[in-house]
Amino acid sequence: MNITRRHLLLLLPAAGVAWKYILAGTPEAAPNYRLSDHWWGMLIDLPKCIGCGNCVRACQAENDIPDGYFRTWVERYHVSDYDIENPQVDSPDGGKRGFPPVKNAEGKNFFVPKLCNHCAESPCTQVCPVGATFVSPDGVVLVDKEYCLGCRYCVQACPYGCRFINPKTNTAEKCTLCYHRITKGLTTACCESCPTGARQLADLKDPADPIHEFLKTHSVHVLKPSMATHAKVFYNELDGAVR
Amino acid sequence: MTGIDGFMYPNEVELQWSVLIVLYPFLTGLVAGAFILASLERVFQVQAVKPTYRLALLTALSFLLVSPLPLQLHLGHPERSYEMYLTPHRTSAMAMFGFVYLWYLMAVLVLEIWLDYRREIVLLSQSTVGWKRAIYRVLTLGSTNISERALAIDEKAGWLITVIGIPSAFLLHGYVGFIFGSVKANPWWSTPLMPVVFIFSAMVSGIALVMLLYMLMMWARRQTIDMECLDTVARYLFYIFLIDFSLEMLDLIHRIYEADDSFRSLDFMVHTKLYFSHIVVQIALGTIAPITLLALTQVIKISAVLRKRTYVAAGCLTLLGIFAMRWNVVIGGQLFSKSFLGYTTYKMGLVTREGLLMAIVLTVLPFAILWVLVKVLPPWPARESDSLPSVTMAH
Repeated sequence: MNITRRHLLLLLPAAGVAWKYILAGTPEAAPNYRLSDHWWGMLIDLPKCIGCGNCVRACQAENDIPDGYFRTWVERYHVSDYDIENPQVDSPDGGKRGFPPVKNAEGKNFFVPKLCNHCAESPCTQVCPVGATFVSPDGVVLVDKEYCLGCRYCVQACPYGCRFINPKTNTAEKCTLCYHRITKGLTTACCESCPTGARQLADLKDPADPIHEFLKTHSVHVLKPSMATHAKVFYNELDGAVR
Repeated sequence: MTGIDGFMYPNEVELQWSVLIVLYPFLTGLVAGAFILASLERVFQVQAVKPTYRLALLTALSFLLVSPLPLQLHLGHPERSYEMYLTPHRTSAMAMFGFVYLWYLMAVLVLEIWLDYRREIVLLSQSTVGWKRAIYRVLTLGSTNISERALAIDEKAGWLITVIGIPSAFLLHGYVGFIFGSVKANPWWSTPLMPVVFIFSAMVSGIALVMLLYMLMMWARRQTIDMECLDTVARYLFYIFLIDFSLEMLDLIHRIYEADDSFRSLDFMVHTKLYFSHIVVQIALGTIAPITLLALTQVIKISAVLRKRTYVAAGCLTLLGIFAMRWNVVIGGQLFSKSFLGYTTYKMGLVTREGLLMAIVLTVLPFAILWVLVKVLPPWPARESDSLPSVTMAH
């Protein structure tokens, strides 16, 4: 068949439409997002957490997490007056469906949401044999699923138990701080679904971000500071019993 | 949840490194240990152990060929493992595995074995016929000069390679220890003593294995065991075992005395979930028992027959103990929560990719390879009846 100029004029728009569908498989572009303008972290305002599990459910729905694995979860601590160094902790199904009533009225009870701490000096990225996991220039620890060997060394190296092997992909997986959302100006699924505002996305490079005022005026800690990982998930009023 | 005591972080419930990762340090340890035994004769001039020299080298090679298989089988994406060679991550201890392994395999072991056997290979390529001849011809790599001068150069080169091989063997296994010892998140692993303990335990297991194989092969060939050789090997095993045990006890005492924030959790684990494999198998059966048996042969004058039996018992117990040590490091290090508030259980699969059957296959495989290697490259001097023909192609 000879392709005439007329044929070409008809075919080109059709090819353009087809090309658009081919491109639909690639991530949506975020043209106004500049990596160097951001340094992401999260603030967890512990007194506000009510242990509802909304964040866990939202994360699992947003990121298609298989049952029994968690990018985020909620722990409930019971610290007795008589043994503050040895708390009792539970997290039934990661706190996804909330928690049963407390049996022991003595001592204190509180909830602690957990997620990847997006450490600036992350032990998990240090040990990856091929560099499939890395700290992005805007401070988020990510995993390249197409590159990960599934050796599980990073899972061993994380002091916080934040990583797992996704049984569907056989690669390491963890919280991405909803990178697909935050690079488009949205907040994370967990922050968005939190009914009390206990979880707040923070951009440490944004001078207008309320995190700066909060850090100045509150007693804020990170988990396991002895690990020296430069964690960027900040906990307001973190109890010393929390591991 | 079943198998869980106390609180685990939810993602910790499933163990990440299985029995195959127990096998990996066990197999590489046997390689390093067997090589160190071979170097005793070559570099340190311990002539008494000469009958085990070639057997030790072939044993090291057999186990080295199998040692990456457990790692490969364990990967979520084995087809991507070549990326470790193409784009190694410089800060990762594991990324160096491929390079350390290849260095040791090609630059040390294969080269040393080839140089040591070159004369026999050339002679066999002339005296054999058919496919055997073809194999030996390939093995000569086209180098058929076995003049005295050429053999003298082989000897010097072989010595030099062994000298390089000793630190390489230390590197190979010390590095395996570093993979565990450098994980700061895990207090059961994180100790600078880990690579040192791994090196000494590797020597112990490798020497025990070659000692047992030597006795087994002499028995199978209906040959007399060189008792001076066997006594010397056993003596070295005893001395190195004492150092290994002292290092492990130093680590233990240090942990007990310091009793840091992880101690309560680890101590509980050793007294419950790890009691059998750690206290009973590793320390009592696998360390104190063989050391006692070996000590008896040093201080009491006993007959050769009884000594041989004692060495067999001590050797088997040693291998059991070192395997238990690897088990307790790898599996033990994953049984407790990094919150120090709970414990999980390891459930080994049977016929899964990382199960018991695969572990057995990978343990037997090196022995099958060794059997083939011994057939192709006999590690003992030829008997009178089938002695090699005299040199015919000296250039």
